[in-house]
Amino acid sequence: MNVQALACRFVLRRWLKANALLAPTGLWLGFFLIAPLVVVVEFSFATRHTGVARAVLPWTTRAYLTALDPAFLPIFGRTLLYAGATTVACLLLGFPLAWFIARYGGRYRTALLAAVLIPFWSSYLARIYAWKALLDGEGLVNTVLGWAGLDRDGGFLLTNGAVVLGLTYGFLPFMVLPLYVACERFDVRLMEASYDLGHGRVSTFFRVVLPGVMSGVLAGSLLVLVPAAGDFVTPKLLGGVDQSTFGSVIDDQFRGGNNWPLGSAMAVLLLVLVVFVLALRGRRGEDVL
Amino acid sequence: MNRRPWALGAVVALVFLFLYAPIAWLAIASFNSSRSLSRISGFSLQWYSELADDTRVFASLQLSVQLALASAVISTVIGTLAAFGLRRAFPGRGLWTVLLSLPLVVPEVVMGVAMLGFFMKLAGVPLGFGALLCAHVAFSLSFVVVVVRSRVSGMDVRMEEAAADLGASPFVAFRTVTLPLVAPAVAAGAAFAFLLSFDDVVISSYLTGVGSTTLPVFVYAQASKRGISPEVVALSTLMVTATALLLIIGVVIASWRARRAGSAAKLAV
Repeated sequence: MNVQALACRFVLRRWLKANALLAPTGLWLGFFLIAPLVVVVEFSFATRHTGVARAVLPWTTRAYLTALDPAFLPIFGRTLLYAGATTVACLLLGFPLAWFIARYGGRYRTALLAAVLIPFWSSYLARIYAWKALLDGEGLVNTVLGWAGLDRDGGFLLTNGAVVLGLTYGFLPFMVLPLYVACERFDVRLMEASYDLGHGRVSTFFRVVLPGVMSGVLAGSLLVLVPAAGDFVTPKLLGGVDQSTFGSVIDDQFRGGNNWPLGSAMAVLLLVLVVFVLALRGRRGEDVL
Repeated sequence: MNRRPWALGAVVALVFLFLYAPIAWLAIASFNSSRSLSRISGFSLQWYSELADDTRVFASLQLSVQLALASAVISTVIGTLAAFGLRRAFPGRGLWTVLLSLPLVVPEVVMGVAMLGFFMKLAGVPLGFGALLCAHVAFSLSFVVVVVRSRVSGMDVRMEEAAADLGASPFVAFRTVTLPLVAPAVAAGAAFAFLLSFDDVVISSYLTGVGSTTLPVFVYAQASKRGISPEVVALSTLMVTATALLLIIGVVIASWRARRAGSAAKLAV
């Protein structure tokens, strides 16, 4: 037997072993994630029906034409604004935290990481309502700010800021964990080398540290941006009068049994965003996620 | 590092304040004598005693715990297998990682409506516990894989090779060497999966059937009518306190064991 055939058999065996281990996960995701997503794509081309079968033949692209109607533009804009601002805020809060735990956490690293997650053992809705109470006109935040004369009539509830704050709170752990992995792997000696070579703190941060932890930044942003774009509970509870977002429009179309094809078409548009962001990340950050 | 990072430490303290402020507020409000969350009017244990008596909260809590346990067990077992499958490079690994990152990235509302459509189309799976379990495993799996995989890829292959060289069969080597090494990550993955399932509102709200309301869905339905119930605030407080206590016990045990191992090493020298 020649060397090539041996190598071939070796690769084949490894491939078989890996796929055997991955098979249960693949089957589960195939049945309960991929198949449902395919059903959504199918629905998005169907015709609306108000009976038990909510989406029926014939095929049509009407749902997409409706979804791309200019009337929905403000909703798209608001959704992207919320998701983008949330991602930036999570990065700004998450990076110092991840860097600190990775660099100075010592033997308390695991405990500190767990401490980031502990608040999330309370009910998600209870947490949002806690923010609602804190941001209220009579709430703690407004009262404390009132001592400095910075309070606001009616508090900070029902503002865009409140929604971004709530979303940031909810998604922060998803940013911190991948950032932590990247920070822990980052070799600090590179920073020292940069200082020795005459770079200042700012230039070292942007030219050495940031590229070094980029995989974590990308992975974290991925975990925050798209899920935040789909969230509708937080805007509903913390936002003002008209807080329709992408997610809430989809929810309305399905929950009321209103218009499944339209809801599906909008879900497909969000999936396109998912694919776009995944492609943007490419292979970088793959090892962190 | 020669300098102590005071500025960084201050920022980190503020971030932790941000993380814990609502939780601390919930704990205070759970002892409030009125229904309000924003105004504290007096101390009472009313909500805790009502929580203990509320059979509807209890029934949905029971269902949520059963569901989260089942989901955590299934996703931990098959997710750990998958993490080992991804250990070495093979043709097609990139595709698998894309598939596994999908549940992390697809928004909950999209997954929820997709599964609703899927289960409605397939008359064989009625909404309720079965549908909920299928969905919960699907969205928790990837988190288990990510957590376990980070540990598996950092593991020293030579440890297992040494076990094999010393005559251990693959099964014995796995049980006595590999498994103890990855156990902390598997436990973390299981805790993650439990939490994700236990706290899920959006996806579950599409899939609950008659008589199978999970706690978060029950809370959401109630909250949209008359605000969040103080009993739920009390329950949340109990859960955070229990988790924090478990964590503290864990840290104490770990540092005690590290100290004991340290003194044993000194004795040996």
